Amino acid sequence: MSGIPHDHYEPKGRLANWLHERLPVVSLAYDVLIIPTPRNLNWWWIWGIVLAFTMVLQIVTGIILAMHYTPHVDLAFASIEHIMRDVNGGHMLRYMHANGASLFFIAVYIHLFRGLFYGSYKAPREITWIIGMLIYLVMMATGFLGYVLPWGQMSFWGATVITGLFGAIPFIGESIQTWLLGGPAVDNAALNRFFSLHYLLPFVLVALVAVHIWAFHTTGNNNPTGVEVRRGSKKEAEADTLPFWPYFVIKDLFALALVLVAFFAVVGFMPNYLGHPDNYLEANPLVTPAHIVPEWYYLPFYAILRAFTADVWAVQAVSFLTGGIVGAKFFGVLAMFGSILVMALVPWLDTSKTRSGTYRPMFKFWFWLLAIDFLVLMWVGARDTNFPHDWISLIGSTYWFAYFFVILPVLGWIENAKTPPATIEDDFNHHYPEADGSAE
Amino acid sequence: MIAKLTLTALTALGLSVGGAIASGGDGDYGHVEDHVFSFEGPFGKYDQMQLQRGLKVYVEVCSACHGLQYVPLRSLADPGGPGYTEDEVRSFATEYFEIFDAELDDYRAATPADHFPAVAGEGMGPDLSLMAKARAGFHGPYGLGLNQLFKGMGGAEYIYSFLLGFTGEEKEEFGAYLYENKTYSTGWVQMMPQLEDDLIEYDDGTFASEEQMAEDVAAFLMWTAEPKMMARKQTGMVAVALMLLMSVLLYLANKKLWFPVKHGGKESNL
Repeated sequence: MSGIPHDHYEPKGRLANWLHERLPVVSLAYDVLIIPTPRNLNWWWIWGIVLAFTMVLQIVTGIILAMHYTPHVDLAFASIEHIMRDVNGGHMLRYMHANGASLFFIAVYIHLFRGLFYGSYKAPREITWIIGMLIYLVMMATGFLGYVLPWGQMSFWGATVITGLFGAIPFIGESIQTWLLGGPAVDNAALNRFFSLHYLLPFVLVALVAVHIWAFHTTGNNNPTGVEVRRGSKKEAEADTLPFWPYFVIKDLFALALVLVAFFAVVGFMPNYLGHPDNYLEANPLVTPAHIVPEWYYLPFYAILRAFTADVWAVQAVSFLTGGIVGAKFFGVLAMFGSILVMALVPWLDTSKTRSGTYRPMFKFWFWLLAIDFLVLMWVGARDTNFPHDWISLIGSTYWFAYFFVILPVLGWIENAKTPPATIEDDFNHHYPEADGSAE
Repeated sequence: MIAKLTLTALTALGLSVGGAIASGGDGDYGHVEDHVFSFEGPFGKYDQMQLQRGLKVYVEVCSACHGLQYVPLRSLADPGGPGYTEDEVRSFATEYFEIFDAELDDYRAATPADHFPAVAGEGMGPDLSLMAKARAGFHGPYGLGLNQLFKGMGGAEYIYSFLLGFTGEEKEEFGAYLYENKTYSTGWVQMMPQLEDDLIEYDDGTFASEEQMAEDVAAFLMWTAEPKMMARKQTGMVAVALMLLMSVLLYLANKKLWFPVKHGGKESNL
C-alpha cells in the first residue's frame, strides 16, 4: 500500500515470525486496524461501521432463517408462519432481518449523501465511489429478492411489477423477462431462483465491501475539510491523523450502540411499522392489491420511474425521435436506472476544484435541495399518481437529473469557494484551541 | 434542522392540496375508530381473560365461515396467550374440531398437535390467522405515516370497527347480497352483520354486549396474528436497555480516550 506513512507490524517471537514469513495475516489485520485516519472526522463518518455491522447482522440472521424457510409457492408463506410461531426466537430473527434491511438502507443513504456533500467521490477516490455504487445496486437487488420470499401479496405483485420493467426493453424485453422468471409469470421457478440469488448476492456484497475498504485505505479517508493528509513525513502525517484503533473504533461503536437503541425499539415495539399489511396475505395471482407499493427504500426511484408518463413532452419527443421504440414505459425504466447511474458519474460531473461542500456557499443550497428532493420523491413514490402527485414527481425527478447534469458542472465555474484550512491539523486545532498544548 | 423544517413546510404545502382531493374520493368509508387495547404500547400485555372470551366468540360465531389455519391448537397453552392448561387444550380440541386426516382418509377428532381447521369453499370468508396484521387501521396523514407511529398499525382496531360498522343497509348485486359497512374500504361487504347483544354466554360472567364481543375477538385475533408479542416486547426492552448501557459506557470511554488529543496531552480526570 502506498498510503499514508505509518508504523508497520513487527512480528515478535518465533511463532509470530514463523507465521509472518508464510502468511502476513497479522500484518494485514494490523495495517487495517491502525490505518491513519484524519483526526477531524465528524459524526457523519460513523455510518460505515453501522453498515458493516448491519451486513453481518443480515447474513447471520438470514442464514438461520434459511434453515427454516421453504422456497415453494405452496409452502413459503406457511414456512414464514412456522418461523414466527414454532422456531425458537424465530419471530425475533425474522423481525431483525426485515427491519435490518431498513436499517441497512437508512445507513447507506446517509453514508451516500455524506459522500455527496463532502466531495468524497472526487479524485483520487473515484474507484471507492464507484464500488460504493455497485454495493448499493447489489443491496437493492438483494432487498428486492428477499422481499419476494415470504410470498405475500406485495411480494408477488412487487415481483411482477419489477420484473415487468425488463419487459419494457424494446424487442428483447419479453424474452429477458421470461428468462429472469424461468417462465411466463412469477411462479415457483421464479421463487426458487430468487431464493438462490438472495443467498448468493450478500457474499458478492462482502467481496465488494472488502474492495471498497481496500480502495479508501489506499487513498486515505476523506474528511470534513476535504484537505488531504500530509504525507511528507511520518511526523506530519501523525499531526493530521490518529490511528483507527482505538480512536475511531470506540467513537463509531458509541454511535452504533445509539443506532441500535433505535433499531431494537423498532424491532421490539413496532416491527411491522415499515412493512406493508398486504404482505400478511398469501400471494394470490388472481387478486391485484389496490395499490402496489415497493418497500420505502425504493420509493425515490420508483417515483422517478412513474414520473415520466406519455403526456410529458420529453417522453413524446424521445418517442417521436426513436420512431416509437422508446415509449413511455421504457423511458421511465431508463430514467430510473439513469437516476442511479448518474450518481456513479458524479466524480466527472462535479467540476469544482474545492472538494468539501463546507467551503462552497452556492453548492450548499443546491445540495440540501437535492436531499429534500430525495425525501419528497420518497414520499410521492407511495402516493397515487393523480394531481398534484404527478407534477411533484415530475418536478422532483427533473431536479434530480438537473442537479447532476447542469448544476454541479456549472457551479464549478461560477462559484467563488472559500479557502479551506491549510492542513487537517489546523482545522482540528481551530475546533479544539487547547489541542496543540498552547493553553499551558 | 433547517433542511428538516423546509421539508416539513414543503410537504405540508404540497400535500394540503393533494389531501383535499384524496379525501373527496372514498366518501365516508374506511373509517376506523381508535380503541384502547390492553396490549398496546411497549409495556402492553394481552389480557388473558379477554383472549379466552375472544376464543369463545371465534369458536361460536366466526369459525362457521373463517379458519385459523396457521394457528396450532397447542399454542392455546403457550405463555403469553389465553393460558389454558395442556389438559384443557386437549379436551377443547377433541370437543370442538374435526380434522381430515390424509393417512386415515377420514375425519377424526383434533389433537393439540393439529392446527385450527382451514375453512374454504363457497360463501366462506378469508382465513383470520393473520388478519390483525393484514389490515391497517390508521394511515397518513398524507402518507407520512405519523398516525401509525403514534396510534399503532391499528389491525385490532380495524376488526373492532368492522364488526360494529354495519349500518343495517343491504343491497343485491349480481345475485349476491351486500351489506353496508362504514369500516370496509368500498363500503359494501358480503359478510352479514353477526354480533348482537347476548349472542353468547361468557364463562366468566361478563355480559356479551356487541362492543364487548367485538373487542374480545379483535384482541384474540391480534394474539393469533402475533402470539409472541409479549416475548418480543420483553426482548426488545432488554435489548434497548443493554444498548443504552453500552452507549453510556462507550460515551465515557470515548470522552476519556479523546481528552488528551483535544487538550494538548492533558489526561482526563474522568
